[in-house]
Amino acid sequence: MERVAITEAATEILEQLKTKHGELIFHQSGGCCDGSAPMLFEKDEMYLDESDILLGTLHDVNFYMNQDQFEYWKHTHLTVDITKGRGASFSLEIPLGLRFLIHSRLLTDQENEILNTKNN
Amino acid sequence: MNYSKPEFKEKYDNYINGKFMAPLGGQYFDNTSPIDNSFIAKYPRSQKEDIELALDAANAAKQGWENTSAADRAAMLNKVADIIEENLEAFALIETCDNGKPIRETLNADIPLAIDHWRYFAACIRSEEGGATELDQHTLSMNIKEPLGVVGQIIPWNFPLLMLSWKLPPALVTGNCVVLKPAEQTPASASFLMEKIADVFPPGVVNIVHGFGPEAGKPLASSPKVDKVAFTGETTTGQLIMQYASKNLNPVTMELGGKSPNIFFNSVMDADDAYLDKAVEGAVLFAFNKGEVCTCPSRILVQEDIYDAFMERVVARTEAIIQGNPYDVNTMVGAQASNDQYEKIQSYFKIGKDEGAKVLAGGEANKLEGNLANGFYIKPTIFEGHNKMRVFQEEIFGPVVCVTKFKDEAEALEIANDTMYGLGAGVWTRDAHQLYQIPRAIKAGRVWVNCYHAYPAHAPFGGYKKSGFGRENHVMMLNYYRQTKNMLISYDKNKLGFF
Repeated sequence: MERVAITEAATEILEQLKTKHGELIFHQSGGCCDGSAPMLFEKDEMYLDESDILLGTLHDVNFYMNQDQFEYWKHTHLTVDITKGRGASFSLEIPLGLRFLIHSRLLTDQENEILNTKNN
Repeated sequence: MNYSKPEFKEKYDNYINGKFMAPLGGQYFDNTSPIDNSFIAKYPRSQKEDIELALDAANAAKQGWENTSAADRAAMLNKVADIIEENLEAFALIETCDNGKPIRETLNADIPLAIDHWRYFAACIRSEEGGATELDQHTLSMNIKEPLGVVGQIIPWNFPLLMLSWKLPPALVTGNCVVLKPAEQTPASASFLMEKIADVFPPGVVNIVHGFGPEAGKPLASSPKVDKVAFTGETTTGQLIMQYASKNLNPVTMELGGKSPNIFFNSVMDADDAYLDKAVEGAVLFAFNKGEVCTCPSRILVQEDIYDAFMERVVARTEAIIQGNPYDVNTMVGAQASNDQYEKIQSYFKIGKDEGAKVLAGGEANKLEGNLANGFYIKPTIFEGHNKMRVFQEEIFGPVVCVTKFKDEAEALEIANDTMYGLGAGVWTRDAHQLYQIPRAIKAGRVWVNCYHAYPAHAPFGGYKKSGFGRENHVMMLNYYRQTKNMLISYDKNKLGFF
């Protein structure tokens, strides 16, 4: 049972970027402008520690979110999708004229029990 | 009077070392208008080598610029202000076309404010003095302010010329040279500005390099050739920029957004007067610039005994908003700046409804007709719910507000401060005690009291908590771009006697 999933269209772009850049990670951003969107970086680009929660792994790409933000998000399931767009962050898909984005739904009662009682 | 899409050249170049230069790799990207998704012009898709060129030019210019008198530097800032003012309508049209904001906002807010920031910092530098203290009879301590050197600035797309005008003047007037990267969604006004002011500053003092974040932004933010980075954007990129700065032991300032509460106490409805009318407008200001504002008052908190009556007025005022062609002077809300923002806002509509938030207004995209059908329009939206919902906690960056009620002052403060962010807040009350005590208890860098969305150059602006640190605007900004050189001078002819 996972907290995070990815669409086929987003997987295709993810695989393309893995071929180009090697090992990657997602980090969910918050805040203004291009915030509230997932950022894709080379694996060692960003300093991560225990304040970054690993939500799941999508085709060998770990998906992280900061603990503070996770507290407000943990009752929801996330799906990474891709859309046409132009972000202003350092996320690796931006030069392709594309942006990853998140679709969310509430966890079911069963998912919530398993994910949020076991892990926390 | 109505306007139409302005004319552009087919392509624009970087401005480096006083010259317009094609990107070394020869690549450009297409910039489009969110109003109708039409082509605007091509802008440079710069790479690391273009950033390096600009940084080298800035470093070569910095000694000469530091030695330029404050009077001359201030005069150049005033000249820029005059040039923007002479071309106010042209700048407003370009900004509307590139960002999708209504022309009445660019004509009356974005561009006039931008002009004033140039003038304000020109005035600041002329009116300030350094410090000299006689520590004892023979010892004088003198504080001389020196520029940092070369500053890298990365600005956002929600107020393109205004954000440029928040960042460039204080850095320049204090004697720094700058390499600035505009946001790739909105490169147009920065290029237009450089064409108009190309002869104002000595070569290398101001450099504008366009491009994408991973290709041009990152090399600028991580270069050991910059002495400071100033950034406005989101938290993950902010964290990365701080990480790069730590390698170079460079200072940074960060403005990373918010989820600002706008609090309405029951005294607001003590009379049906001009003040109540102002307060209702204050609540509806969430739709200003289609909600693409770091300080968007995106959470409305209303005291429970006036909740129904007050919200009835807020909903009615929201439903009266005219959304449409941004070139029409009557339009109040235009297009979101890009397709990904448009999609993101709609994904929040879904999770908001899933979590049980009630839609009091809007709640969907606005499909307009004709060319505008290709643009990115979202209906001004009010959600009713509680503060733990994700729509209450995340910056949606759209014309979307979430409203909830509170019993008393304590609960108002608890809700207001239950957020990761602390950039802005609004407090509305006729009670003289609340006017002071509530703002003091809110953890945010700017609390508007009986007003909202005013951004005078003369008032400091910046965040608490995860909204960042450092301030923008106001004379205090000068010191964010300077070092203090302390000279300790002895006028004593006698030795210490130690050796």
